[in-house]
Amino acid sequence: MRLSAVSIGAGAMIQFVPNLALAEGVTRHLRRSNGEAPSPFSFVQLSDTHVGFNGPPDPLGTAAFERAVKVINALDPQPDFVLFTGDLTHDAEDVAEHAKRFKTFRDISSRLRVKTLHHVPGEHDAALDGGTLFRENFGETHYSFDHRGVHFVAIDNVSQGRPRVGKEQLAWMQKDLARYSKSTPIVVFTHRPLFDLKPEWEWFTSDGDDAMKLLAPFDAVTVLYGHIHRENHASRGNAQHHASPSLIFANPDPSVAEKKPLPFDKDHPFNNLGAVEISSQKISGTEGVQQILKEVTL
Amino acid sequence: MALVIVINAKRFEFTPNQVTLTKGEPVTIKLVATDHAHGLLVKPLGIDLDANPDSPDEVTITPSQEGTFNAICDHYCGVGHGNMKMKFVVTAPAGK
Repeated sequence: MRLSAVSIGAGAMIQFVPNLALAEGVTRHLRRSNGEAPSPFSFVQLSDTHVGFNGPPDPLGTAAFERAVKVINALDPQPDFVLFTGDLTHDAEDVAEHAKRFKTFRDISSRLRVKTLHHVPGEHDAALDGGTLFRENFGETHYSFDHRGVHFVAIDNVSQGRPRVGKEQLAWMQKDLARYSKSTPIVVFTHRPLFDLKPEWEWFTSDGDDAMKLLAPFDAVTVLYGHIHRENHASRGNAQHHASPSLIFANPDPSVAEKKPLPFDKDHPFNNLGAVEISSQKISGTEGVQQILKEVTL
Repeated sequence: MALVIVINAKRFEFTPNQVTLTKGEPVTIKLVATDHAHGLLVKPLGIDLDANPDSPDEVTITPSQEGTFNAICDHYCGVGHGNMKMKFVVTAPAGK
């Protein structure tokens, strides 16, 4: 499996390409385990578009999002789908205004040539209304689907207000995952990190460990998330966690004391809104996903 | 009986915004939300509260380490949520 990025000059996009060169035995094993063998495809991850946000540190609003759409449309071959990992909109006290921001998000994303889009909410989308507007626009806040031998799980860790998956959703996860053999490649996509990246900046999920325990039996787990507005890669046990930068503004490295957005540079307006290339050398039922990360110069 | 410290939370501030505790002395931290649900999180001190306007939340702790600890509201409460912070300062017991 190969995760690679596309340089768009703006924003974060992760393209995910399973390796074609699977050993025949591995392919057979995976086909037996979930009924569908991995086959080549790619998808793109976009995150934190914050439609409706205007002002410092980024006065350009949806410019990076719109640019990303154009770049994705130029990809050849086209990705099979696009994942949005939350904070699609910036919240507004006025519900009608927030609804309008959802509509603007949909208007922009509808310009994508690829028509299969999957979304999870961020706290700016769903924390104030418990996910009502999100559901009206995109359906349930957590769900799963299979694509060419890979099982995708969308996790909502925002709509309860706090950084939490919650017992109900954990029970759903357990039931959902029980249908798959341990060799099935799993991709989780969510908004907040499922581990303690920096709790004092709210970069964590309080019961993320419980979610990861449910994923622990699987050979290969990839967790894609947003929220932190910067690239980050972490390996925890059987799981590789990858954060995508945002399409609005960038946050500093968590090693610094103060969480202060990086300054806007009008001459380089998409600075720090990077892309990342993630390439996997192999995928197998027993060895998991071996990923090599490569930054892309924009 | 532990000392009780009440912290009032409203968008987007805690009152008081700094509290001094004494290492080794039990204290009850009570969070009262007055306008919206708010959280109070200080992981190193074992404080993880979630209060609604009709249901305060509290925890009794015994600080075991000195220092200054940043606290945040971790229940998203609106666009100023990210600035809703306070500090806990834990000092050595008197005479030590």
